[in-house]
Amino acid sequence: MLAIFRRELGSYFSSPIGYIFLAVYYLFSGYFFLGTTLVADTNSLSGVFQSLFTVLMFIVPLLTMRLMSEDKKLKTDQLLLTSPLNLSSLVYGKFFAALIVFLVGVAITPVYALIINIFAQPEWIVVIGNLVGLILLGAALISIGLFISSLTENQLIAAIGGFAIMMIFMLIDGLSSVIPIDIVKKIIDGISFSTRYGEFTTGIFNISSVLYFISVVVIFNFFTVRVLEKKRWS
Amino acid sequence: MIEVQNLTKRYGSKVALNDVSFTVNQGEILGFLGPNGAGKSTTMNILTGYLSSSSGAAKIGGKDILDDPMGAKSKIGYLPEQPPLYLDMTVSAYLNFVYDLKKCKLPRKAHLQEICDLVKISDVSHRLIKNLSKGYRQRVGLAQALVGNPDVLILDEPTVGLDPKQIIEIRNVIKKLGKKHTIILSSHILPEIQATCDRVVVINNGNIVADDTPDNLSQNLSHNARYTVRIQGPENEVRPIISSIQGMKKVDCLGEREPGVFEYLIESAEGSDVRNDLFKRLSERNWPLLGLQNSALNLEDIFLQLTKDNAAPPVLDKKAQKEARKQAEAILEEHETEEIEKIADEAAVDYTQQSAQEEQTGLAPEPQEQPKNDGGDE
Repeated sequence: MLAIFRRELGSYFSSPIGYIFLAVYYLFSGYFFLGTTLVADTNSLSGVFQSLFTVLMFIVPLLTMRLMSEDKKLKTDQLLLTSPLNLSSLVYGKFFAALIVFLVGVAITPVYALIINIFAQPEWIVVIGNLVGLILLGAALISIGLFISSLTENQLIAAIGGFAIMMIFMLIDGLSSVIPIDIVKKIIDGISFSTRYGEFTTGIFNISSVLYFISVVVIFNFFTVRVLEKKRWS
Repeated sequence: MIEVQNLTKRYGSKVALNDVSFTVNQGEILGFLGPNGAGKSTTMNILTGYLSSSSGAAKIGGKDILDDPMGAKSKIGYLPEQPPLYLDMTVSAYLNFVYDLKKCKLPRKAHLQEICDLVKISDVSHRLIKNLSKGYRQRVGLAQALVGNPDVLILDEPTVGLDPKQIIEIRNVIKKLGKKHTIILSSHILPEIQATCDRVVVINNGNIVADDTPDNLSQNLSHNARYTVRIQGPENEVRPIISSIQGMKKVDCLGEREPGVFEYLIESAEGSDVRNDLFKRLSERNWPLLGLQNSALNLEDIFLQLTKDNAAPPVLDKKAQKEARKQAEAILEEHETEEIEKIADEAAVDYTQQSAQEEQTGLAPEPQEQPKNDGGDE
């Protein structure tokens, strides 16, 4: 797993993808920090975190699009799948490499809190809760993107497909207000990313939401393993 | 070392491999031969655990690839058809990655250096793989397979894309490796198999059609003696004459090699030697025999014979044989009558002049015959 992790991490920074991801992330989070915190004259960072949800949807596919599809295209999967390495360490190696690049991006947010600290006391507990929420959301989106990437050998399709699935998870709670059936409503609210992430940004630390995001990670990574396994039997 | 039992692989309704079984012993180099799409790569992919078989078993060093994949895979070095290279890495970074991936325990630096020296990529070790030529990429792929010193090497067309000098180098490397490792090698470059392998498995349409040493294969299949001959003389006359020799099975004209000199591939039936008769016939006609070379059935011919769908032995059909004989007889008769006339004419001339004339006309009568022959047929 460590070998895969190191290679993928290195590959983010030997190609422009890692840098573009970080640049875009810093640009937008800085813009939202300016707009929703500094200009609005508040000590709350929640506005920044709320806006970052949309930004993540657009840039996480950038991180995940080539993770699996490139191996298929370059036939390097023949090396990976014929070496003494089990499939889940392969998938998790790639997952953690993308997660680390994402965390390098997220690391900018505590800096914003420090900047606020100059003018006023930020609510540290809320900021930490927000950070945890953001990291969990990112991890869930990465595992979805990774799964989509394993389905195709075309990076563009992987990116657009990942983006579409993430969009569905974000927009799905719009449906719940128009569907009159209670049980469906509950299910939709249950799987909606934005409802759960919204709780974090308003300062509610809900253990069930934490478990939910972790489950999404585990399930989608499991799906990815199954896709690789299935390929052998095709 | 490698045991393959009743391996079958289906893609939907298409059968890619049909009940394939063979074994490879320790230290053996096995050549895998077959036309494109015969199932060579599929077999190799199953052996290395990249694909699963529909039924049957493959064991590497006694470890089943399905029951104990980690154990079996750690014994294999695999070079697929397209070398699995990360283009954005340098050669040394890539080999280090493979070293980690295979959980190799050998001393890292010395081991990788040894491999680089063996396949001669030390001088490009700091370059990005995407900037390397096809030949170098192929070598890096081979180096990758050698990392960890695996017992079994599975090489899918290892010399494809290399120039002739590199091919010889890689062949020698493979031979050298064959002393310590068990190797399966696929190729459709036939001399390569002939040069490197101890045993050949020929596969066609997913079935094994032969499994033997290259020498035995060529002996078993070539009952007939084959010669390449070069004869100075017009093809349309020479051919029927040599076709009519007793025991001659097949005559193929290979084309004009020098002005007026044609090359033929002749094949005689089992147990008959046509060389004597051939010389006599030609000397009668005064057609110099410029070359006679024994050409045994090479692997290429074996391959074509084995992979032909209806593997009937190539014999001249009876009708063609009869016609050739007729033509030959006609020409012989004409020559004889001509010669008798000539001798009668020349008898009138001085005896000393006659012998000189005969030498001169040795080649001359031929162009005169041609119109006569045509006229006779009409």
